[in-house]
Amino acid sequence: MDLTLNLEEQAFRDEVRSWLDTNHPGAAPEGDDQARFEFEREWQGKLHAAGWAGISWPKEYGGRGATLIEQTIFSEEMARAKAPRPANILGLVMGGPVVIAHGSEEQKERFLEPILSAEEIWCQGFSEPESGSDLASLKTKAVQQNGGWRVTGQKVWTTFAHEAKWCMLLARSDPDVPKHKGLTYFILDMEQDAVDVRPLRQITGEAEFNEIFMEDAYVPDQNVVGGVGNGWMVGITTLMHERAGLGAASAVALRRDLDELIALVRERGLDEDPLIRDKIARLQISTEALRLGGLRTLTQTMRTGIPGPEGSLAKWQWAEANQALTELATEALGAGGLERNGWSYRFLRARANSIEGGTTEVMKNIIAERVLGLPRLR
Amino acid sequence: MDFGFTDEQQEIKRTAHEFVTARFSPEKVRELAESRSYDDSQWREISALGWPGIAIDEAHGGQGLGMVELVILCEELGYACAPTPFLSNAAAGLLIDAVGSDEQREGWLPGIASGEARGAAAFTPDDEPIVPDAGAAAVIVLPEGDGVRVVQGADAQVETLELIDATREYARVSASDGDPLPGDPAAGVDRVAVAVAAELTGIAQRAMEMAVDYAKEREQFGRPIGSYQAVSHRCAQMLFDTEEARSLTYYAAWAADAEPESLSLAAAMAKARASDAAWSVTASALQVLGGIGFTWEHDLHFVLKRARATGQLMGTAGQYRGRVADLLGLAAEPVAG
Repeated sequence: MDLTLNLEEQAFRDEVRSWLDTNHPGAAPEGDDQARFEFEREWQGKLHAAGWAGISWPKEYGGRGATLIEQTIFSEEMARAKAPRPANILGLVMGGPVVIAHGSEEQKERFLEPILSAEEIWCQGFSEPESGSDLASLKTKAVQQNGGWRVTGQKVWTTFAHEAKWCMLLARSDPDVPKHKGLTYFILDMEQDAVDVRPLRQITGEAEFNEIFMEDAYVPDQNVVGGVGNGWMVGITTLMHERAGLGAASAVALRRDLDELIALVRERGLDEDPLIRDKIARLQISTEALRLGGLRTLTQTMRTGIPGPEGSLAKWQWAEANQALTELATEALGAGGLERNGWSYRFLRARANSIEGGTTEVMKNIIAERVLGLPRLR
Repeated sequence: MDFGFTDEQQEIKRTAHEFVTARFSPEKVRELAESRSYDDSQWREISALGWPGIAIDEAHGGQGLGMVELVILCEELGYACAPTPFLSNAAAGLLIDAVGSDEQREGWLPGIASGEARGAAAFTPDDEPIVPDAGAAAVIVLPEGDGVRVVQGADAQVETLELIDATREYARVSASDGDPLPGDPAAGVDRVAVAVAAELTGIAQRAMEMAVDYAKEREQFGRPIGSYQAVSHRCAQMLFDTEEARSLTYYAAWAADAEPESLSLAAAMAKARASDAAWSVTASALQVLGGIGFTWEHDLHFVLKRARATGQLMGTAGQYRGRVADLLGLAAEPVAG
């Protein structure tokens, strides 16, 4: 047991840190979504040129082939430096890894490099209005038609859909088999008239997400990933990458926000209030438990080579802690905490944390069934 | 970076688990608890394994290992709900080792390490503190103002207390004199808190397993109750609580051995979290068990009561959160009374 970084890991951290010191582009522009996106695209170009974009990807596909601990250090340093996110985050964290794991050689050749360079942006078309937690019940249908597929249906909560060239699309290719078996994973070209993207305004007032409407949209056969009927298995890989990829960074972001909140509480002279003190202590404990649990999982994964279902616990811990933290911040600020400012935005945005990427209820189901071995509900 | 046990530590854990589950079977725990007694032959066996001296250095007759190894043993003993004077003896060792003079260490540690001249320690800072396992102790560590002192067992007035937890002996101890330990008690007190947190983590683990096993077997409305989310989500919450307590406890043990400047905060977080976890998991387990969990016949109540009593040793979760707030640099709340 050694929770410090060894010399090699320290050297890696120093390398990341000094690169960020020199190359950090400053804060992304606020207000203008398009300007912000171009800023993030340029930032990813810089990351890619230095070999950081596909840090977890194997070297043969243009990545860095970094170990899990190096990926963790990189995420931590990015979060600590408040570095902007790269524009093509979904391609880097989900699309690319799926193509690498399940794609053909031709697909790897075609799709990977433009993901790294942010030349082609990816979005994810999984959730539907009628299929949230019960993802496998999705209804968007794909019908085979000379050398390709025609796709009709609706997707929701799609980030970056208006910027995206490609969509990771789960659709029902066979309505006559059990629901998990009739799905196929497609790479859909968003630049066609049969695909209509409409912004979805959320409770924060902004439109971070979109809805996608598809009416006989075309996908050629060569854009099927992992084989017809294997969509569920391929899609699950995507979600596992999503959960693993967000873990370390979320713990650091929580730490940063908690430090900010502690400073705020002191500044406002609330640090003698026993209730506030108790809540801060609880948050300190949750934040550290999340960080340390992540490190235990990381060690376990590096020793056994298998990521466990523990990512579900981390996702749940993070959602709960981030909601509690932003609630306390708005409370500590008094009425001012509800003015439209940074904290009130984070406070509202945090309500989605226990829904997006799998609801807390689904995380509990996964823990009950896969960690504790309780009987399945269905 | 490696947040896992070494091969040797895994071996200690495996051996300890086998030993405690064999020696402290539910039947044995019940027998000892119902007679409010310990089995001296079991203490001799534990002593022969070298456990009482696991974290005491070799010069004083111990094994010279650290807090991580001690925490492994405490967690397993908590898991088994073992009636044994292990924890109080270990606490006396940690306090005398961290706070005592060379002479005091030489005087008391060998007996504590061998288990032949057992120690006991106060787990509350009161004037007439509650001391587990004071009865047959050769030496007792008691609070003295902001510091600690040792008294010989023979010089102390020991008044047995029957707490709800019958798996451990508790007593109110008073003694007029004693020998002050010269050092700053903080390092010793923090280490004791970590040992208690480890026991609480083991208790939580045990209660979770009892609940999960029952939820798999027990059927109502024609199906196992564990297939209902009202029950399975309750069990998932038990894992959440237990794992948080475990992560923080292992971290605090590591800090005690390798990064002492982080120990105070780490120990306070671990103790606060583990006290809450042990209580919430045992209470929730009783709810999963339903009526059977409320009977004397079922073993859960021994675990639940031990969780409640152990959770208050060294201070409550709320007191430790206060300490966390202090250590984060928030102004101390005005001290009451």
